[in-house]
Order: sequence, then C-alpha cells, then structure tokens
Amino acid sequence: MSRVGVFVCWCGSNIAKTVDVARAAEAAASMPGVVFATDYKYMCSEPGQNLVKEAIHEHKLDRIVIASCSPRLHEATFQRCIAEAGLNPYMVEMANIREHVSWVHDDREKATEKAIDIIRMLVAKVRRDFPLFQNQIPLTKRALVIGGGIAGIQAALDIADAGYPVTLVERTPSIGGRMAQYDKTFPTLDCAACILTPKMVDCVSHPHIDIRTYAEVEEVSGFVGNFRVAIRQKAKSVDESKCTGCGLCTTKCPVRVNSEFEEDMGQRRAMYVPFPQAVPNIPVIDREHCRLWNDQKCGVCAKVCPTGAVDYEQQDQVTMEEFGAIVVATGFNMWDHRQIGEYGYGQIPDVISGIQLERLMNASGPTEGKIVRPSDGKVPRSVVFVACVGSRDENHGHSYCSKVCCMYTAKHALLLKEKLHDAQMYVFYMDIRANGKGYEEFSRRAIEEYGANYIRGRVSRIYQDGDKVVVKGADTLLGKQVQIEADMVVLATAMEPQPDAKNLARMLGISTDQHNWFSEAHPKLKPVEVLSAGIYLAGACQYPKDIPDTVAQASGAASKVTGLFARPHLRSEPMIATVDQARCVACQLCAGVCPFTAIEIVEIQDAKTKQIRLAAKVNESLCHGCGTCAAGCRGNCIELRGFTDAQVLAQIDALALM
Amino acid sequence: MGASNNSELTYAYYPGCSIHGTARDYGLSIDAVCSALGMDLVEIPDWNCCGASSAHGTDNLLSAALPARNLAIACKMQMDVAVPCAACFNRLAVANMRIREEAELRQRVETALSQSYDGSANVRTLLDIVINDAGLEAIKEKVVRPLDGLKAACYYGCLMVRPPDAVAFDRPEDPQILDQLVAALGAEPVAWPHKTECCGASFSLTRTDIVMKLTGDVLRMAKRCGAECIVCACPLCMANLDMRQATIEKVSGQQIGLPVLYFTEMMGLAMSLPGVESWLRMHMVNAGGVIRRLAAVQDMSDPALVSLP
Amino acid sequence: MSDDTPDKTANDLSNLTVGGHRSDPEFFERVNSLSGQNVSLCYQCGECTAGCPTAFAMDFKPNQVSRLVQLGMAEEALSCNSIWICVGCETCATRCPKNVDLCAIMDALRQMASKRHVKSPETDVQSFHEVFLSSIRKSGRMHEAGLIAALKLKTGKLTKDIPLGLALLKKGRLNPLPDPVKDKAAVQAIFGEAQTPGEDNGRQ
Repeated sequence: MSRVGVFVCWCGSNIAKTVDVARAAEAAASMPGVVFATDYKYMCSEPGQNLVKEAIHEHKLDRIVIASCSPRLHEATFQRCIAEAGLNPYMVEMANIREHVSWVHDDREKATEKAIDIIRMLVAKVRRDFPLFQNQIPLTKRALVIGGGIAGIQAALDIADAGYPVTLVERTPSIGGRMAQYDKTFPTLDCAACILTPKMVDCVSHPHIDIRTYAEVEEVSGFVGNFRVAIRQKAKSVDESKCTGCGLCTTKCPVRVNSEFEEDMGQRRAMYVPFPQAVPNIPVIDREHCRLWNDQKCGVCAKVCPTGAVDYEQQDQVTMEEFGAIVVATGFNMWDHRQIGEYGYGQIPDVISGIQLERLMNASGPTEGKIVRPSDGKVPRSVVFVACVGSRDENHGHSYCSKVCCMYTAKHALLLKEKLHDAQMYVFYMDIRANGKGYEEFSRRAIEEYGANYIRGRVSRIYQDGDKVVVKGADTLLGKQVQIEADMVVLATAMEPQPDAKNLARMLGISTDQHNWFSEAHPKLKPVEVLSAGIYLAGACQYPKDIPDTVAQASGAASKVTGLFARPHLRSEPMIATVDQARCVACQLCAGVCPFTAIEIVEIQDAKTKQIRLAAKVNESLCHGCGTCAAGCRGNCIELRGFTDAQVLAQIDALALM
Repeated sequence: MGASNNSELTYAYYPGCSIHGTARDYGLSIDAVCSALGMDLVEIPDWNCCGASSAHGTDNLLSAALPARNLAIACKMQMDVAVPCAACFNRLAVANMRIREEAELRQRVETALSQSYDGSANVRTLLDIVINDAGLEAIKEKVVRPLDGLKAACYYGCLMVRPPDAVAFDRPEDPQILDQLVAALGAEPVAWPHKTECCGASFSLTRTDIVMKLTGDVLRMAKRCGAECIVCACPLCMANLDMRQATIEKVSGQQIGLPVLYFTEMMGLAMSLPGVESWLRMHMVNAGGVIRRLAAVQDMSDPALVSLP
Repeated sequence: MSDDTPDKTANDLSNLTVGGHRSDPEFFERVNSLSGQNVSLCYQCGECTAGCPTAFAMDFKPNQVSRLVQLGMAEEALSCNSIWICVGCETCATRCPKNVDLCAIMDALRQMASKRHVKSPETDVQSFHEVFLSSIRKSGRMHEAGLIAALKLKTGKLTKDIPLGLALLKKGRLNPLPDPVKDKAAVQAIFGEAQTPGEDNGRQ
C-alpha cells in the first residue's frame, strides 16, 4: 500500500494569487493513497525541502507529489531532496500548476479546480512509480573546439591548462579569426595582434592542444562523453613536417587573387599564409586558383622550396575521432553591404565596411596603415561613418542590434582622427549603445576630444558625384536634411551568423534561432550550454559579442568542459526505453523511428524454445527517453521507464473517472 | 510583375488620360513601335482615369475602385494589362495588390463596381512588356540606325519601381531594364545616381517651385554625368523634364539643353520608324542637336530629321 | 483583435500634453486603422526625412509627422503642410528599416483632414485634388485642358503658365475636346460608394 505525500507550493504569489493552494492541499489529502498533504510558500527553498524531508520521516511517505512549477525547473531539485530523505529519487512527480495553471488562467475558482485535477492525475501516476537506478557510462576526456578565433583559442587554452587534451579545428589556414584582422581594440586601444598573437603561440606550443587548420568537422554522432566526430583535413599540398615556414614559395607563386583576410582590399598568392603572424606558419595551396590545377603547368613553389615540402599529391584526409565534449566557437560573418541599393550596391569604391577600414588602418594591411581612399589613393579629408547598416533593419532581415558597431565606429572615428589631423569625421547614428566597462567614456572621448561630429539620424542615400561621395541623411534633433560631400564612407555593417551555421547545427543536433544564431539552453541561467549535453557555445556564434564578452564566455565554456571531465564517469538517465524481448518479434519498426539510433537488433536465445532469434535492444547510452519507439511498437512490448502505459493510463483515468 | 500570360503579343492597353493630350507624342510612338514589333495593343473598352495621387490622398476606396473598374474589364479580356504611364501603372498595381490582400476592401470595391473582382489582372508597364516579351534580341534585329554611343541618362522616376512589393519588375534602386534597352539600341546608358529621384510629379501645376528644384536637380545631375539626352517612360516625368526645362534654365541662369525622349521615341529613331520627326517636334526641348550629332557620324540623311530645330 | 484578449498595443495618451497641446487619445488608433500601418513600429531613425525629395518644403519633416501621430497630436498632424507636400513617391516606404509605409500614413492624414474639413495650408494643392476628382467624377477621365482651366478659376491664378499652355497647344499637345467615358453611371457609383456617410473607410 503506497503512502503518498502531496506538497502544494505557492511560488510566492505566482501560484497562490490564482490557485487556492490551501483548498488544493485539502482536496489532495482525500485522494486515494495520500496520507499527507500540505502547502507552503516556497517549496524549493531550504525550509520547504526540509518540510518534505521531515514529512517523509514522520508519515513514512514512500512517494511524493510536488505541485509547483514545470519539472524542467525543479524536478532535479526534488529528486535530490527525497534521495536525501532516503527515498529512491524517481519516486517524485511534479504537478505543474504554475505554467499550466496560474500563469495562463485568471479565474481563481476554475484554476483551483484545474490544479486539483492535475494533482489528482499525478497522485494516480506516482502510486504506480517504481524505483529506477542510474547506470555508469564512460567518458572520453578529450575536447573538440570548433573554430580557431579568439573564442576557440581561449576555450582551448583553458581546457588544456586544466590538463585535458584539446583538438582545435579551424577551417582557414591559420587560427586567429576575426580578431587577427582588427587593428586596435576598444576601449583601451590595445593593438589586437599584440594581445592575440601570444595566445596563438601559446596554443601551438601547448602540449595538450592539437591544432588542425584548413580542416573542417564533417559529421558528428554519439552523445555527451562519447562523441564520434569525422574531421576532414583538407590537403594543404605542403608536408608540414618538412616545411620551415621560410615563405619563399609564397613570394614566387605567380597567381594573385583577392585576399579574404584583407577583405578584398589587398591580394594574396595561390600559395599563401593568410597573414604574417599566422599560426601555424605553414602555407597552403588554394587549389581553386592554383595554376597547376587550372592549367596543368607551373610548379614554381615546388621548384623553389629548399626542403622539398611542397606535395601536390596530398589528398584530403578524413579521420574519425572521439571526444567527450564539444565547444562551438565558429564566430560570425559580416553582412555584405552590396545588398543595399540606396548605398550604391557596393559599386562605389570609396564606400567601405568597418572591417575593411580595420585592414586599411592596420600597419600590416594593404596600405601599411596609411589611410587612403581605395579609388584614387588620395588621403580623405572628410569621412562619414554610418552606424546600423543592416542592423536593427527589418527591411534587410536583421531586427537585432549587432552590439559592437557603436563602439568600433567611435574607435574608427578616433583612430582616423589620430592619423589624419585635419580630417573631419561624421557619424550618423540612431542611438549610441555603449554599455560596457569604459565604453560610454570612450565614445564620448571620440566626440569631446577628437571632434567627431555625431549626427542623430539615418542615411537614406549614398551616391558618387565626381570624386566625392554624397551622403544624404537627416538630423532628427534639428528636423533637417543633412548632406555631406565626403571623401570616404565607412559602413558599420551588421554581424550575422556564418552562412553554414544551420548546417553545423543540424550536424551537432543543436538548435538555432530565427536568424540562425545558435540557441543557448537558457537565456539567463544556461548561456553557455545548449539543449544537448556536452556541447557548449563560445563567442559570437551565439549572438553578436565584443572581445571581452567572447573571452568570458569562452572561459565559461571551458570551465563547463573541465567540470564535466573532472567526473570519473557519467551516469545515464534511467528514464529510457526498455524492450520486453520475450514478446518482441523483431519487426524493427522501433529501430526505424528512433531519432537517436539507440535501438539495435540483436540475436537472443528464446527463453521458451531455447532457439536463437532476433529481438530489439535499447542502447542505454544513446537513448534519450523520448518514447517514440514505445508509441510505435506494434506488439506493445516497449515501455518507457517512468512513463509506462500503466502510469500514463492511470493519469488519464484519474481525470476521466471523476 | 510576372512573365506574360499571352502566347501572342496581345495586351489590354490602358492608355491613361495624357496619351491623347500632353503625351500625344508618346501615344503615337507607342503605336508605331508596337506595330513594328508585332505587338497588338487592344484598348480597354471605356477605360476610366486611375484617380492618380488625388484619389489615394482623398479616400481609400476611391483609390482602389477607380483602377479596379479598368482591371475588371481587362480581366475579361484575358490579357496582361499594358500601361505606358508609370504613375497610372503604380496606381493600378497598388490597388490590385490591396484588393488581393485586403478582404474588406475587396468587398467594398466589388459593391462599388457591382461586379466581382479578385485582383487577378496582371498589370505591367509597357517598358517591361517591350523588353521582356518582345525581347531585346528582337529589338536589336529591328535596329537599322544604331544610336552610335549616344549618351543617354535613363530616368525611371519613382512610381515604376516603388513600392517594390507591388510593382517590382526591376530592382528598386539603380534599376537596369531601361539601360539595357538603350544599350540594345546602340546608345550608351550613363551611370548616374538620380535614376529614381522624384521629379515633383503632379506639383507641376500647383507647387511649381518644388518641381523646379527637383526636376532641376535631376536634369543637372544627368548633364554632369555626361548625358546628351534623357530617356523616360512616363508622361508625368516627361512633362516636368521637358516642359519645365526652359524655365529652370531661365531661373538658374544655367544652360541645360537636354532633350528628353520617351523610350519608344528612341526605339523609333533606331528602328527608323516613320513619324519620328513629327513626335520629336512636339517636344519643348529641341532634339535636333542630338539628331545632327548622330547624323554626323553615320548615314542618317533623313532630311526631315536633320532639319529638326 | 478579439474581445477577450487584452490589447497590448492600446495606449491612452489622455493625460499627455505636448507643447501646451492636449493629446487626442483616439488619433493614434484612427491613423493606424485608416493607413493599415502600426505607427508604433517607427523608431524615429529619420531615414524617411533623409531621403524625402520634398522634405525641404515641409513644416514638419516626415519623421516628425510620424512622431506627431505617436503622441496623438491630431491638430498639428492634420493642419501641417507636410501631408499635402508629400508627393507619394514611396522613397521612404521603400527604404524604411522598419517597413513602415509612411506614404500610407500621409494618405490617411490627408483623408482625415479632408473629411474633417481642416483647411490645408497648401490651398492650391488641395484645390488641385478637388478639381481633379470632380472632373473625374463628371466625365470619368481627366481632361488636361479642362483641368488647367478649372484650376485657374478655383485658385484665381489666371495668368500662371499661360505661355506654356499656348506652347503646348501649338505643338498639338493640348486636346481641346474632352473624351469622357460612356458609362458615367459606373464611375458615379464608385464615387457614391466612397462617400458612404459616417465612415472614413479604414482598413481592417
């Protein structure tokens, strides 16, 4: 005979204002099997949990119903609570009278009745609960970091410093990412390279970090602690063990193409390292543009290489590797302003993007840091900056704020003024969002000390007129139209997800939001986790972030990984499917519908006939307990532990037989 | 708008109110060009005015029902609707879209018309039809007098390309279709920024000062960008660019002298259609200079043309 | 909006005074319904003003007209010259980052001003629209020469543009004879329906 205890939570006024909690507890007390029922202001608080524990001892309760919020929020809390009181943790059920009742209804009388119905259902269910036990699963203590920008670098260093091996996969020929392209960083104006390159070097020299550049993740299977990942190492056409990084090949290569790193402001060769401080300092051949691949003649790089490291025969290599955790740090993409017709469809040479200006300002950039216009090499004397280009712009598909543009635009105006003393900077803005440490002061400095003229309004049209670029905007503070004949225009273009973000999300089994940013598990309390265990987010692949936020999140992701790896092994959730093999006829329908490939067909010995035959078997490590197989099984011989037919039907009966 | 419903080049023609008046030159050139290209324009029987800007600033129903009467008639003809005037086209297309999207408005329009109309007519500009249905290749074949790199500023105005969700057949900023046509005729479309800037439209008679500024800006920019003439596809644009040009010159003290041609007139010139000279004579800004500049470099000995003022 | 769900967008500006003018609590909703737009979407970036070809001649700039509606400033919004100076070129609507069709709002304000008999500061423009529509109402088509003559009588500016008119006539570009539609009743039915009393023909 079961002895059920029911505990009705007020959740402050969240539940109590709509549900008569005292009446609910009173009604619960008379339900079949219930020997104790009460209500309390905050059941999840320490006194609330103590109330539960004491009642378990006092009334010899063997199963518990907590009528409060969603099981997503506090099921684990109360599982721990009753375990501490000596019960099996799976002998508790959560009756959700907050999300399902008080938050969605106004009528107190009806809401109370509904709450009582829900409690009755869970009482019926809990009486059919039986103890469940966790299993151990192995844990591979090796982390995969996808993306070699500052987020990936920081996460890799932190995990490796804790003593765990890390594989850092980067698809371009060098780690460094976007930050390597920047000139100086706001608000302190440290040189980006000066603070980034030491970390890049730390990565390459770290005994626990295995850097794979020019490589991509191609397939991911498995689950937390046991991911299996296919990594494609694209052929670099260079034998890394022989290459000394002397760079002779890259100076002799006859093919020139626009450099991605220089944002098309400069050129590179087909045999190239993307930038001088690249890590590793090993060139690759861009086979798409290489003359040998296109015209079947050339081979200059191999001829000049003093160590014979150039290897045209190299092939892509795909390896299958095992990891216990994955950090996704794939960064962002700069939205292409060529889509904006009113700003010239990208056809006006002296209208450039903020990231292009970074390269123009950079001492190792295409002009060696000299600020000149792309069209004619003249030094600009009036420069217009336009904020929110594509951001906060539903007309161009981005409702969100890209978060960093206000700051980098202030930085650009300030740095340009330092380089060009007699030039005038204008900034068209809608709002100045400078909400970081030292940010407000920094953006004011651009105005107060560097004379940047901020104009509150948007720009409607930019066109070429002779050698000037005409910018037509508005000053909404004055209510007047503004026109500037500029020498150069810099657009603070929106950040957007990587074009293949959706594809990676599908591969990893994680979700994305409407814009394709990766979704965190909880916007406030789980900003680093995703809904799949063992996968963590770092940096701007989740949402636009500046460098400090990116680094903080990367360290957060790393600490999640090291926290996971600090455990000796993992425990499986026992609420999974189980097959009654005696009745299974191996129709394999379950295997077909399982989204996690957790069902295998195995040979068993029939208990009665002693014959060998086939039957389904659940791989407990892979099963997520979704119940699809149980619903699909024709013979009704699969059950989901914790949600057996008997339990679910009892719930329905409790409501139907009222 | 979408591609043609027509297997033959036959269209329900909505000439609009100017075509027998201030835009007579346009009307005549349209007739000549379409017949040369084997296109058949069947005038929508008993068509009425689209209501223009006066209707949509006065009453929602009026701005939808006036165009809808024409479209309902055209629908029965089962042909795409060809509209030579950008302003009329805009009103017809916008009303059509609203009738499709707003059930209540559609109901009221149907009450006003005493007949059902679901917004299914395919409203297109004549420019779109000439280029996309007759086709640039067919046009090129008819060109007997290539325009020898005549520098032309293609002026689309506002209402042919905006609002893009109702009228789009080309991109709303820096459209290309007219430039392609002009290039096919052997002229050279100039790159210039004011293709879709407003000329002031119906303010011509009331706030002439606004038209003078806006049209003046357009004309001066075309000139600065090296244009020898402007090509347009709208009687309203023509009225402002051509008719007001002399006054703009007088007030600003700046000589402009940019002949303005309907695209059909330019086609007529390149295709050597009879009547070109008479159309051009109807313009306020003399086109003779351009003609003689062409005649100087090729055999264009048509005395009527060369004698244009 | 169904009756039992609370309308989150409803606002009550009855306790707001701007520059000494009391806000009209119903104005905002009325403009929204008549224009089919949600003026709340406008975040006052000024792109409409920046690109407006006729803003230079407006007393309130386009973004300010939107602001007047947001604050329920009916009197200013309906009596400003901007709603008559808007030429309907749709540049603002095409480029608006929030996809607000300000032209539709301008239309709505013009319609409201006309129906409430607010005198336009742009008398000639208002006269033009009246003359234009009455000519269509009569004959179904706009007769240019007739329109010009009627406008001159209405505005009293008899000599304006006379040389231009003569030049057009000489070039054969002014048709002296009107060419009305045959089915005048059909056109009049449209006008009749448009003037159903007690309505200003809002969108849904």
